[in-house]
Amino acid sequence: MTSRPYVTPIPILGAQREAILERWIAEQKREGIARPDLLSDADLARECSEFMSALFAGLNSDSMDPTGSRWEQMRASLRGITLSRGRLGFGPSETMRFVLTLKEPLFSSLDELEPTQHVQAVLEINRLIDRLGLMTSEIYQQGREEIIQRQQQEMLELSTPVVKLWDGILALPLIGTLDSERTQVVMETLLQAIVETGSTIAIIDITGVPTVDTKVAQHLIQTVSAARLMGADCLISGIRPQIAQTIIHLGITLPDVVTKATLADAFITALSRIGQHVVAKRTDHER
Amino acid sequence: MDRVPIIKIGKYLLATIPPDVQDSVAIALQEDLGTRIVASRARLVLVDISALQIVDSFIGRMIGDISGMARLLDAEVMVVGMQPAVAMTLVELGLTLTGVRTALNVEAALAMAGIRDHT
Repeated sequence: MTSRPYVTPIPILGAQREAILERWIAEQKREGIARPDLLSDADLARECSEFMSALFAGLNSDSMDPTGSRWEQMRASLRGITLSRGRLGFGPSETMRFVLTLKEPLFSSLDELEPTQHVQAVLEINRLIDRLGLMTSEIYQQGREEIIQRQQQEMLELSTPVVKLWDGILALPLIGTLDSERTQVVMETLLQAIVETGSTIAIIDITGVPTVDTKVAQHLIQTVSAARLMGADCLISGIRPQIAQTIIHLGITLPDVVTKATLADAFITALSRIGQHVVAKRTDHER
Repeated sequence: MDRVPIIKIGKYLLATIPPDVQDSVAIALQEDLGTRIVASRARLVLVDISALQIVDSFIGRMIGDISGMARLLDAEVMVVGMQPAVAMTLVELGLTLTGVRTALNVEAALAMAGIRDHT
């Protein structure tokens, strides 16, 4: 949308700016979206007046298009307010209604206008505030998505520890569902650890993997194959009875992979492969 | 034309693949290895690919081919020192080199070969 002539009398609004601000805050409190438990009255007033200055900065330009370059301040202010409200725990509709409640105070300040002009001005303001409201909800959504993405990244990093059990034996306890992206990270971490420690045996423990479907099995096989190519053998442990049943029902075969019920069993097998074994300590009277 | 040197260590042959191996060099290696296996009557060939950082389907297939060829000549190929990135690429390409033995490094490979020869 480009700039267009509009009829809304900015000076009339400007003259009533303080009154509008007051009515707006009152409106928010009446609607129950002020949330004094999250935001103090002083902070609310500060946010509202910041919003109003940005709004008037936009209105005083010759455009009613909030995506235009003249509305930079408005957008920045909207972004700051929305994100801070998101962090404080305001819901999406509360945040959006924060903007929409400004409509009525603005409309009522136009009461002196002539009917035709009044309708026109109300329509214009309505459109403007609606678009600002939509922008708010978009920003709110973006804020949430950023948080989700960051958490996903953190989960990826947290969930792939490679543990050294013995000289030449690594363990990889997997927790959570294995998707393609995680498999990639798991594979990379495991292969890197194999090179760094010079281990010949890796135990992949899937006790923490809730379900195994064809895709997860495929990913496991890929990891095992890659480790084998590098010269390390993989054992899979921690297969629960239900999962074993699922695997059989799905017709998945894990060819050439040694599987064990528990990590302990897998560890004993791994030890015997590298020519070690565990013996009980002899007590004094046995000597 | 560049050729990959093939070294004889005791009863084994060792070929070290250079980092930037050309297809023609790979083909020449295949020919040379066949000749050397027959001439030296080696039973085990170590192919050290630890310098290889990037692998394509051609090199992947070549490793499989060398192994198959060696088996026909009654020798075994052991692929040594594959890098993580290379292993992942080969798995993605579906070249899991079934039947080819692997080892982490030459030392581990020789240890494995020694155990095998004594049992």
